[in-house]
Amino acid sequence: MQFFFEVLIGGLLSGVMYSLVALGFVLIYKASGVFNFAQGAMVFIAALAYVTLAERFGLPFWAAFGLALAAMVLIGILTERVVLRPLVNQPQISLFMATIGLAFFLEGLAQLVQLWAFEDLSPRPLRLGIQDAPIERLMSDFNVLVSSFDLFAAAVAAVLVAALALFFNKTRIGRALRAVADDHQAALSVGIPLKYIWAIVWSVAGFVALVAGLMWGARSGVQFALTLVALKALPVLILGGFESIAGAIVGGLIIGASEKLAEVYLGPYVGGGIEGWFAYVMALLFLLVRPEGLFGEKHIDRV
Amino acid sequence: MLYREAGQFKTTYAADQQLFPIRQDRVAVLALLAVAYVAVPLLAADYWFNAILIPFLVFALAAIGLNILTGYAGQLSLGSAAFMAVGAVAAYNLELRVPGLPLLVSFALAGVCAAFVGVLFGLPSLRIKGFYLAVATLAAQFFIPWLLVKVGWFSNYSASGVITAQPMAILGYVFDQPVERYLLVLTIVALLALAAKNMVRSAVGRSWMAVRDMDVAAQVIGIPIVRTKLTAFAVSSFYCGVAGALYAYAYVGTVQPEDLNLDLSFRILFMVIIGGIGSILGSFLGAAFITLLPILLEVGLHAAAGQFGLNLMPGTTSMVQLLVFGGLIIFFLIVEPYGLARLWQVTKEKLRLWPFPH
Repeated sequence: MQFFFEVLIGGLLSGVMYSLVALGFVLIYKASGVFNFAQGAMVFIAALAYVTLAERFGLPFWAAFGLALAAMVLIGILTERVVLRPLVNQPQISLFMATIGLAFFLEGLAQLVQLWAFEDLSPRPLRLGIQDAPIERLMSDFNVLVSSFDLFAAAVAAVLVAALALFFNKTRIGRALRAVADDHQAALSVGIPLKYIWAIVWSVAGFVALVAGLMWGARSGVQFALTLVALKALPVLILGGFESIAGAIVGGLIIGASEKLAEVYLGPYVGGGIEGWFAYVMALLFLLVRPEGLFGEKHIDRV
Repeated sequence: MLYREAGQFKTTYAADQQLFPIRQDRVAVLALLAVAYVAVPLLAADYWFNAILIPFLVFALAAIGLNILTGYAGQLSLGSAAFMAVGAVAAYNLELRVPGLPLLVSFALAGVCAAFVGVLFGLPSLRIKGFYLAVATLAAQFFIPWLLVKVGWFSNYSASGVITAQPMAILGYVFDQPVERYLLVLTIVALLALAAKNMVRSAVGRSWMAVRDMDVAAQVIGIPIVRTKLTAFAVSSFYCGVAGALYAYAYVGTVQPEDLNLDLSFRILFMVIIGGIGSILGSFLGAAFITLLPILLEVGLHAAAGQFGLNLMPGTTSMVQLLVFGGLIIFFLIVEPYGLARLWQVTKEKLRLWPFPH
């Protein structure tokens, strides 16, 4: 039983890491109806920007963080200007394919930057000064292994969600974002500038990508494999629903926990290595029952 | 001046409905086939067959498969490479376990196996659409190669699931020279492309397009949505499966199911986008483009580096390739959403008026 809880907690905490990435998807989808496949590439490029500034140029944390954020905002604005604006009113699926193109572009760019800055493509360690070690007290009192880094990541995710909730519900821009998400046309007609709103959304998504990139980079090193994290976040989205921030969190927790439990309890029977697809198959089966996800809005077809 | 249909009168319905109604088109297609069957085998070196022509044909077939599903039936799939893997492994097992089964029959049956798997993973399309479906097909992309590697039976218990294709023998004649393999692949691809071209202008193809354009409306006018979507998945996966079998037997010879990964699925999707969504010709153009581009980039970059005395670090070309692919996809989606095939069509329209436009 103890072992079960240990696996469960480990899974929940790694689910939080998935949620961090999934949040970026939800943000952009909520405000512009674009399913941004490039979120994983953005996570990678954000982490790489930070690590380049901090390690190569020796900047202190806040300076490197600020400059990396500026870079992400720039990428967000350029994306809006170059990719999305010419594709306004195109079918959603075209926009989706455009973001696949964007993902490839950013991956190529990021690797060129890495090659230029460090002259090789090996994983770069990213130090945030948080130990990735088990917490002593929980260890001795309950005999449960919980990494302090995972707890820190969970705290960051909680702060991020709280901040985003405040931003969406209390600020002027946040309300404008929600208006745009509801109806582009209506938002435009009451004088909400669509262009700036999209640029802002992509910048906020860039910020979320940077936070996710820092957490993932500190966990497993800044490397190309970070882009694959986005593939892990997709089943989270399906499960939680594309429109819901709460869904991203709950979906992440469910996926993380069930994935770890399945790996431990089911894995030995089928030869292991099921982490790669288990979340997908689970999301797929879930879709058959509830096509709009746990918290998604019910989709009604009108002719 | 040359490309005019003036004076070509059609006196029968058959003549009006034929695949290439303009005589010049028919001549051009025949000339193209003559070049492919006679001139290319005489002139091209082995490198051309192995590195360019055979992969081009194999990927063109896979792109036709994806184009049927995405371009004609409107269901986005990111799992084409997984269906190719099913085809490759199925052909291998059929050849291995059914003695005396003719090669072409096992290729066809491999396609049928892939079609079954395709229908299975197409089932969610009945409830979901758009990118929810795209994510669902990702499940196929991750699950199938894993299964093919994990279950030893599929690869006859070889290490890490590698399958080694048997020699291709038809009626006792072994196709092992590059030029022979090329001619075999060319024949299969040409026949299947012809079948696809005819399928998309038949009742089946029209119902695909109706579902693509608006599924609710299609349902209202009496098109069975379930059957239409599932046939699209079946036919598309059949093409991908045969392409996978050809990939294993005629192109690489030794396949690890994990080689047929998400990256390849994306490449096939790019062929469809750049070549032209909803066009059989476009699948060929896109496949040619995506097959040639890395080679041209490699040569071009090295030439440029040599010119400026720069030292290219290893891996630079693959990154530049990512940049160029990504940029091109965005460019085509914005500037020419119907791809190279549309450009070709526009050129033809211009040619009909040349040299005296209005």
